[in-house]
Amino acid sequence: MNIVFIILIISSIIGLTIINPESVLTTLISGTTSAINLSFTLVAIYAIWLSVIKIMSEIGLNRIIYKLFKPIVKRLFKGENELTYEYITLNFSANILGMGGAATPLGIKAIESMNKNDASISDNMILFAVINASSIQLLPTTIISLRSTFNSQNASNIILPSILSTCITTIVGIALCYIFRRFKKKT
Amino acid sequence: MSKYIVPVFIVSIIILGFYKKVNIYDSFVEGAKESLKLVFSIFPYIATIMIAVEVFALSGIADKLSELLKPIFNIFGIPSELCHLLVIRPLSGNGSIAMLENIFETYGVDSYISKCASVIVGSNETIFYVVSLYFSSLKTKKLRYTIPVSLITMFIGVVISCFICRFI
Repeated sequence: MNIVFIILIISSIIGLTIINPESVLTTLISGTTSAINLSFTLVAIYAIWLSVIKIMSEIGLNRIIYKLFKPIVKRLFKGENELTYEYITLNFSANILGMGGAATPLGIKAIESMNKNDASISDNMILFAVINASSIQLLPTTIISLRSTFNSQNASNIILPSILSTCITTIVGIALCYIFRRFKKKT
Repeated sequence: MSKYIVPVFIVSIIILGFYKKVNIYDSFVEGAKESLKLVFSIFPYIATIMIAVEVFALSGIADKLSELLKPIFNIFGIPSELCHLLVIRPLSGNGSIAMLENIFETYGVDSYISKCASVIVGSNETIFYVVSLYFSSLKTKKLRYTIPVSLITMFIGVVISCFICRFI
């Protein structure tokens, strides 16, 4: 991440200095300002979802969802404990339903509980992050409503391609993770 | 239809909780407390990403990069008009929505380009943001093959989306 960040920030600052040197500092500061604004929104969103998740776990609903996906999740992520599996299944369910606000805190918890030694990132963690980063949301609701505000003739005709694309990328992501895992072990 | 999912879901959970004698009030207090702690710990990561994205968006590097990648994208059947969007998508969610609106305005919402763009924005994530937040609790920052695999996956997804969109 460090190298990616260095390349990104240095090239961007140089680029911006060429175009408009006076705006460099203000842009850096306005980036932080947007982060602060976003964080306030996130506190609100997570407060609601973490509460709902808390109630769900006390009802025992988390266990039920976990049991539903158990065979798949246990096969994908070998050798984790029960709590981790629970977080993973909940994160996936929230993501599939498009509840991003619930998915992120669950995802962070899942990674935290997968963490055994702080020394390195495990293959399971990478697999989990890649599945999340490939997006598993089934219905792109935001995009559909955006299309209808632009008076699309058929705002929802992108549903099928989106579902197809989401399914394919998830499978590709998992497959690539397994390939990289093999490859890295050999070298 | 889908707009009812969340409210119905939340109400059912609260009713079910009440029925099972869960202390709903305490759960909300706890949730709010946890939320504040969580955002407090991820804020540095959000800030770092946002600073980089903000300068990147204004620097003109995105244009240069998309010009550079155009020939490669074209080989795989990705239209040139979408190159800029593809560069922004893994970095910034808001940025890609703004760009999508721009594409709708320029090419018409029901054009092939707009359909492709919709699918691309809808079925991909802000990779760098997701990855940095998810790994925020870990001390090590060596992400190994996470980013390359995510980007390759996204690229394959985009190629497939552009192909599928020809048929709708």
